This record gives sequence, structure tokens and C-alpha cells, in this order.
Amino acid sequence: MTMAPPLMSPSDPMLGVDPEHGTSLWRGAWRRLRRNPVAILGALLVLAFVLIAVFASALAPYAANSREWASEVTLTSVPGPREGNLLGIDRYGSDLYSQLLYGARQSLIIGVVSTLLGLVVGAMLGILAGGLGAKVDMVVMRIVDILLSIPSLLLAVSIVAVLGQNRYAVMIAIASAQVPVFARLLRGTMLSQARSDYVLAATSLGLRRRTIVMGHVLPNSLGPTIVQATLNLSTAVIEVAALSFLGLGESDPAVAEWGRMLVAAQDRFASSPQLALWPGLAIAVSALGFTLLGEALREALDPKGRR
Amino acid sequence: MTDDTIGGRGVNAPDVVRRDLSTEALLTVRDLRVEFGKKGQRPTTAVDEVTFEIRRGEHLGIVGESGSGKSVTSLAIMGLLPATGVRVSGQIMFDGEDLLAASEKRMRDVRGRDIAMIFQDPMTSLNPVVTIGTQISEVIRGHRDMGKAEANERAVELLRKVAMPDPGRRMKEYPHQLSGGMRQRVLIAIALANEPQLLIADEPTTALDVTIQAQILEILKQVVADTGTALIMITHDLGVVAGLCDSVHVMYQGRVVESAQRRPLFAEPRHPYTGGLLASVPRLDSPRGQPLKPIPGSPTDVLPWTQGCAFTPRCANRIDTCTEKTPALKIEGQRALRCFNPLTLSSAGGATP
Ligand SMILES: Nc1ncnc2c1ncn2[C@@H]1O[C@H](COP(=O)(O)OP(=O)(O)O)[C@@H](O)[C@H]1O
Ligand SMILES: [Mg+2]
Repeated sequence: MTMAPPLMSPSDPMLGVDPEHGTSLWRGAWRRLRRNPVAILGALLVLAFVLIAVFASALAPYAANSREWASEVTLTSVPGPREGNLLGIDRYGSDLYSQLLYGARQSLIIGVVSTLLGLVVGAMLGILAGGLGAKVDMVVMRIVDILLSIPSLLLAVSIVAVLGQNRYAVMIAIASAQVPVFARLLRGTMLSQARSDYVLAATSLGLRRRTIVMGHVLPNSLGPTIVQATLNLSTAVIEVAALSFLGLGESDPAVAEWGRMLVAAQDRFASSPQLALWPGLAIAVSALGFTLLGEALREALDPKGRR
Repeated sequence: MTDDTIGGRGVNAPDVVRRDLSTEALLTVRDLRVEFGKKGQRPTTAVDEVTFEIRRGEHLGIVGESGSGKSVTSLAIMGLLPATGVRVSGQIMFDGEDLLAASEKRMRDVRGRDIAMIFQDPMTSLNPVVTIGTQISEVIRGHRDMGKAEANERAVELLRKVAMPDPGRRMKEYPHQLSGGMRQRVLIAIALANEPQLLIADEPTTALDVTIQAQILEILKQVVADTGTALIMITHDLGVVAGLCDSVHVMYQGRVVESAQRRPLFAEPRHPYTGGLLASVPRLDSPRGQPLKPIPGSPTDVLPWTQGCAFTPRCANRIDTCTEKTPALKIEGQRALRCFNPLTLSSAGGATP
């Protein structure tokens, strides 16, 4: 749950929303969320993920990438679970359990930063398109269409090629794929909100367009976007792993990362399947946490669920 | 005496408060015509030949069944019809200025400051995620240079004016925490925030519980009288008009069919449609047990105005001419009437039971 409140707050200063606008909707959603077992399960998974990422060095029994047992790793096998090494040794001779914990940090940081980046840029484009009238809408949406027409993997490869193989390139690559999603979603919600009675009423009172867009339409349109952001965190975690699996991620081998742990497990898969099993499971469970939380949030914010 | 006792809603209808009406018109609508047309389709005429004027402080009623063009008329005055797919023609003179020719920027200044509007549904007309206080004060601050604290004070005062219990606490509440009647009070407070010269109330009580309707009408009447605001009351219920309006315009299918001062209209309706509307309103002076007579047929049984009188299919007074020619709005003394075969005094259900 630690993640959710800053994301859920509609008074996000980045979006320039008046802090006085909008809480009751969120309070109601919060109440429904607390009663939903799926939400609680999702929240617990996400919470565990975040805690592990933050306190990895305290929780891990050994230093990151220690390679203490490198001499025991042979060409065909690695030591399995044993006293002192809960999940065994990884391919480079470090404690697999510790590496797994450190890996959470990479997935979380890159996943969250790239999603936030995608959210902020996408939301700004969405607000421009949905709030500034048909002409701006046309231009912005054409740009978004172009972005959308480039396959995201191709985009990622090009960005990495330009920026070099590092975590920032990965973040930008993942964010760029998310920008069109957020832009389209927020634009669509804002355009449909703009047709509602309270907007007509606000217009009939002579409020400025800026006030109506930022103070009335936007706070009522954030729900679906925030749900999407939560769901996208799950995709982002998988994409971080996928990009590094393809060799596009972090190049420093000393940095533990789940995707690269999968790569390393490939050639020992037959003899030591645990090398692939645990990172794979970590990716799946953390992604599942965000998905469950996102779906529960969607349900909680669903207008049909409201009184 | 008889005409004022209409209104079985518990609106006890004393004589409308004596107000000094100036002779100068505040708003003059002339030959207003609104056509909706999607590309490639034949345009539909929602409002046509609508002409009326309202003086400062006057209360004017626009009455008609649903679909008669009342809301479209009020949206046209406010300049709130959609920008595309609509053709508006005619003239809307407000305080010497043609609003149909005014820029959007100018209209923004007019709206909420000179002319305000109250919509039908208080449940959807307030923003669900913004506090009541903010929704009132932002309208005040949008039109005048005023600090937050001062605007909030004024907002509380406005809530007190519309008889909102515990106004200080309401400021921090959200619309969903209020009942429909309370929300409509808030909307009245918002509409009157900048003391507009003209208030358009589009069926302000229709969506409310019957028991609340009279209360809200009473509040509306009070605040409008206090501030000397001119009022256009739009309703499908002649009972609402009874205790409130100086003059009444009856609309059918986008055109005015009869208009007159309230007393003569209620005492002696001439258009069969007006007569029908009156007969379907419960009256305090009608003999007990006398059934109400709804107008036969439905508002969808119409003839296009271009081919005759649109009311013909439902009219008990119809004659052959009604389907041959389009009746024009004829002015006879204080009254305007669009009918070939109007009710006569004896047949009219107005004056005597
Ligand atoms: N946006 C619109 N597009 C097309 N037709 C419309 C639109 N708004 C209203 N109309 C038509 O105009 C007519 C009058 O509607 P309205 O003014 O809302 O009636 P009233 O308020 O008297 O119930 C109706 O026949 C309606 O179908
Ligand atoms: Mg209407």
C-alpha cells in the first residue's frame, strides 16, 4: 500500500491540480478497496516487493554479487540449496537468495520510474488533447499515433542504441511505450467528462476554460489513468526483465537484475532449473501484485459500483 | 381570486409580491430559431419564431411539455448550444447587446455574472469531487477580484440565504453528502453568487421529490425577490407558474402558441393546448372528485409546423383549416395566440368551475 497513496492523490502537484479539488471520490474508493480481498492480496504482494527492494541490503544474508562460491561453479552445474545458501548458488558463485533480493531493487526502481515518466508525459499530452480544443487535439493525437505506430521493441532498441546500454535508456524505452497509452486514455476520459452536466453548469457560470479543465474535468478523469498506471507497473516490471534478457538492459554484471539472472540460467537449465525458477517466479509474483491491485482499484473506482 | 389558487403542490399562492417593473426590456428574444443538423441529414427545427421580452425584475414563465424546446431556448440565450451541428438565427438582445453576435470571451463574462442558469438535475449539475465551498467561491472569484477568505465568507452568506442548515459545515462537504433539495439550494446559491440581472431556471424542481418542490420554489421566489433579479422560469407545470410569474409563454413543438399575463391566461386560456394544460393541473377550487383531464395523445403526435398546426392531432377544437395552413402568432391586445379555432370564454376551462 505504500506505493498507492502518492499515485492515487488527485492533487498531484505535477499535474497542477488545485489541492482543494477532489477527495470524496477517492475516499469512497479507498473504503471499497479496503474491503476487497483481491485488493488486500495485491497490496500485500506489492508491499512485500517494495519492502524487499528498499531493505534488500539488510535482508540479504550476503553482499551483492559477492562471488564467494565462484570456485564451486562448474561448467555444467552449480550448487543447489544447502545450509547457509537457502536457494543455492548462482552462476557467478554468489548466493542466489541474496541476488534475488537485490534484483527487486532494479525491477522496482526502473519499473516505477519508467511508468511515472510515461504517466507524466502521457498525461500532459492527454490534458493538452482533451482540454484545449479540437485543433490542439488533432495535432497531439497525430504525434501520439506516430509514437504508437513504432513497435515498442524497435523503439527500445533504437533508444538503447542512441543512449547506450544503461538503466536510463531502459527507463526511457519503457516510458515511451507507455506515453501513448496514458495520453489516449486520459484524453478519452476527459472528452467524455466534458460532455457531463456539471461541465455545462460550470460553463454556464462563466468559469475559465483552464479552471474547468484543470479543476473540474481532470480530477474527474484521473481514475482510469491511475488504474492503468498501476496495471502498467506490472507490465513495466516484466519489460525491465525482458529488455535485459534481450541484452538491452543494464550492462554492469555486478548489478543483480532478474531478467539477466534468467539469461544466466539458460545454459544450466537442465541441471539447475532453480536458477531460472526463482527469478521467473519473482517477476511473475511482483507483476501479479500490481495487476491484482490495479484491477481492484478499477473496480473500486467504477462508476457503476458507486452509490 | 380564482386564478391564483392553482397549484396543488402546497404552493400556497398569494399574489405575486408587488414589484416595480421598469418598462425597459432587459432581454428581448426576437425570431429565435434553432436547427439541429447532422451532416447529410435533414435539419430538425427545435425552436422557431420564438419572440418574447422580459423586463428588469419581471418573472416570466415558459411552459410546455417535454420536447417543446424550452431548454434549447434557454441554452441559446446562454450561448451554450454546441459549437457544431447547430444553426441559430434571430436576435437575443440583452441590455442593449446582441448576445448571438457576442464573442465567446464576452459571453464568458456575461455568464454567471449578468445571466445565470439553474439546471434541472441537481444530482448531476454539481462536480462530484469538488467541495461545495470551492464550487461557490470559484464562481465568485471568477468574476470579481476577491481574496479566498472573503469569497468563502460570501459563500457561507449565500448558503444562509438559501436556508441551508449549518452553512459553515456544508462548505467542506461534497455533493454526494447532500440530498437533492440541498443540492438544488447550493445551485441556487451558486447562480445568485454574483447577483445576476437575469436568472434562468430550467425546470428547477422537476427532478426533486414532490415534498421538496414547494420548499425550493419558495426559496427561489424569496431570493429572486430580495435581489430584484429577473427570472425566466421554465417548467412543464402550470402550477409552478401560478404563484410566481407575471407573464407566461406556452410553447408547443418549438413555437410559442399562446402568451399573456398570468391572470388572463389562467382565467381565460384561448389556445386548446393551454386549456388542456390547465385542465391537467390540480386546482384547489375544483369540486371534489372532479377528475383531472390529461391532454389526449402524446407530445409525439405532431404535425410539422410547416404543414399546419402541430397540435392538431391532439386537439379537440380542430377544424379543417388546421391541417391546411400554418397558423401565425396573432397579437390581440395583451395576448398573442397561434390558433385558427381558439377556445371561447364559455368553453374554456379557466375562470369558473
Ligand atoms: N443536441 C441536440 N441535438 C439534436 N436535437 C436536439 C438537441 N437538443 C435538443 N434537441 C431537440 O430539440 C427539441 C427540444 O428539446 P428541449 O429544448 O430539450 O425540450 P424541453 O426542454 O422543452 O423538454 C427536442 O425535440 C430535442 O430532440
Ligand atoms: Mg428541458
